[in-house]
Amino acid sequence: MKLIECKDLCMKYEGVPAFENLSFSIDEGDFLCIVGENGSGKSTLVKGILGLKKYSSGSIEFGGVKPKEIGYLPQQTAAQKDFPATVREVVLSGCLNRNALFPFYTKENKARAKREIERMKIESIADKSYRDLSGGQQQRVLLARALCATEKLLLLDEPVSGLDPIVTSEMYEVIHELNHSGVTVIMVTHDIHNAVHYGSKILNMSKNDYFFGTSDEYITTESFRLMSRGCFHGEGGCFTHGR
Amino acid sequence: MADELIAVFSYPFMQRALVVGILVSLCAALLGTSLVLKRYSMIGDGLSHVGYGAFAIAAAAGIAPLGFAIPVVIASAFLLLYITRKGKMGGDSAIAILSSSALAIGMIVLALNRVSIDINSYMFGSILALSEEDVVLSVICSVIVCVTFILLYHRIFAVTFDESFASATGIRTGVYNSFISVLTAVVIVVGMRLMGALLISSLMIFPSLSSMRVCKGFKSVTICSAVISVVCFTSGLIGSYFIDVPTGAGIVVVNLAVFLIFALVGKVKER
Ligand SMILES: Nc1ncnc2c1ncn2[C@@H]1O[C@H](COP(=O)(O)OP(=O)(O)OP(=O)(O)O)[C@@H](O)[C@H]1O
Ligand SMILES: [Mg+2]
Repeated sequence: MKLIECKDLCMKYEGVPAFENLSFSIDEGDFLCIVGENGSGKSTLVKGILGLKKYSSGSIEFGGVKPKEIGYLPQQTAAQKDFPATVREVVLSGCLNRNALFPFYTKENKARAKREIERMKIESIADKSYRDLSGGQQQRVLLARALCATEKLLLLDEPVSGLDPIVTSEMYEVIHELNHSGVTVIMVTHDIHNAVHYGSKILNMSKNDYFFGTSDEYITTESFRLMSRGCFHGEGGCFTHGR
Repeated sequence: MADELIAVFSYPFMQRALVVGILVSLCAALLGTSLVLKRYSMIGDGLSHVGYGAFAIAAAAGIAPLGFAIPVVIASAFLLLYITRKGKMGGDSAIAILSSSALAIGMIVLALNRVSIDINSYMFGSILALSEEDVVLSVICSVIVCVTFILLYHRIFAVTFDESFASATGIRTGVYNSFISVLTAVVIVVGMRLMGALLISSLMIFPSLSSMRVCKGFKSVTICSAVISVVCFTSGLIGSYFIDVPTGAGIVVVNLAVFLIFALVGKVKER
C-alpha cells in the first residue's frame, strides 16, 4: 500500500525553487533514504511532507497515514543547550498528538512513553536532564519521542550527523530493527554507503535532477559514483557495500 | 515579631498588596520559564513600558486605567509576535523601539494635558496604588492566567522545547505562542501597579533563572520558580516595609540574592 505519493512536487523560497517536478512514492515497510548535496532541498522536502511548509505546485497524497501521525526527528532541534527537561518529559511530549484537546497525559500515554524508552534502551538515563546527554543519547531520546507519535512512519532528517562511527552504526541498527518491525522509514542522510546498505529505496536530489529507485538500481548510476567518489580516491577499503 | 507581622497586615493596603502580589508573582513565574527559554526575556520589559504609556493616556483621558491598558498591551504583544515572526527585525530591536516610543508618547501626553500622576509610583511601583477594584480585577486576571497555564502546560512545554516537532505533530504552535503573549501582557499590566514598570519584568525572569541553576526538568523548574517567586515577594514586601525602602526594589534584591545562592549551589552540584 502506498503511504505517501508525491507528484510533480515543487517547493520555493521567496519565488526561488528549492526543487522542482519531484515525483516519488513510499510503500508500507519501505526504508527510503534521501541523499544529495547540501542545499539540494532535502530538508525542504521533509518540511513539505510534514506540512510545515506549503508546496507551490504538484501534490502530496497520503494513504493510510495522516500527516500528524508521522514521527519526526528534526535536523536541528530548536531546543537550546540550557533547556531544563528530563528525558521522560521530552519523550512524553511525542504523545500529545493522540490526545485531541485533553490537556493532560493519559495512562496510555505514559505506558507508551515507558515502552519507547525501553525500546530505545534509555531507561538508565530517563530521569536525567536532556541538556546533560551526549549527542548520541539525545538522538535516541528524540527517536523515542518520534516513536511515541507514530507506529507507522518515521521521518528522520540526518539522525546520525555528528555522531561517532560506533554510535552511528548503533543508530542504523536501531532504525533497521524498527523498519523490520513494520515501521516505514524515510531518512535524510549524507552517509551514502549506509544509505545503500540499509535503505530499500533511494531518492537522490540534486539541483536540477533527481534519481528515485531501489538501492540496487541506484548503485549502478552515475550520481552514486559521483556521491561516493571521495571515498574511492580516499583510503583503500573505505567503500564496502555489504549487500 | 509575630505581633509586628499581624500589625503590618492589619492595614488594608498591605492586605491588598499581599493578595495581588502573591497571585501576580505566581503567574509571572509560571510564564517566565517559557519566556526565558524562548529568548523572550526582554518582552516583559518592553510591554511594561507600553503599559506605562497606556496608563498615562488613560489618566489624561480620565478612563479606567486597567480596562484601557490591558487591551493596549495585549495588542502590542501581538504586534511584537508578528514582527518577530515575519523576521524582518530582531525581537530585541522591535522591543527596544516599542518600549521607548511608548514611554515617550506617555510622557508627552502627560505633559500636554498637565496631568500630574506620580511617575515614581508607576516606574517603581507603590503598594498604595491599588484600589479595591484593582484588587478584584487583578485577582480575576491572575486566576485566569493560572488556570489557562495549567490546562496548556504540556503543550506550552512542547512548543517551547521544539517548535517544529510540535507543529509536525499537529499542535497549533501559533495559537500557543499567542496564548503565552496574551497571558504575559495581562500579568505585566496587573503587576506593574504594584511592582512598577521597571521591576515587573525582572519578576518574570529571576525565579526561572534561579531554578534553572539547580533543577533538571521542566516541571521541577516550573514548580520551583513558582515557590521562589512567592517566597521572594512575601519576604521582599515585609522586609521593605520594616526598613522602609521601595517595595519593588526590595523584592528584586531578594530575588537577586536567591539567584546568587542558587547559582552557587548549581556550581557546587556540578563538581
Ligand atoms: N528559510 C529559508 N529561506 C530561504 N531559503 C531557504 C530557506 N531554507 C532553505 N533555503 C534554501 O533552499 C535550498 C534547500 O535547502 P535545504 O535546507 O532543503 O537543503 P538540504 O538538502 O537539507 O541541505 P543540507 O544537506 O545542508 O541539510 C537551499 O538552497 C537553501 O538556501
Ligand atoms: Mg537539511
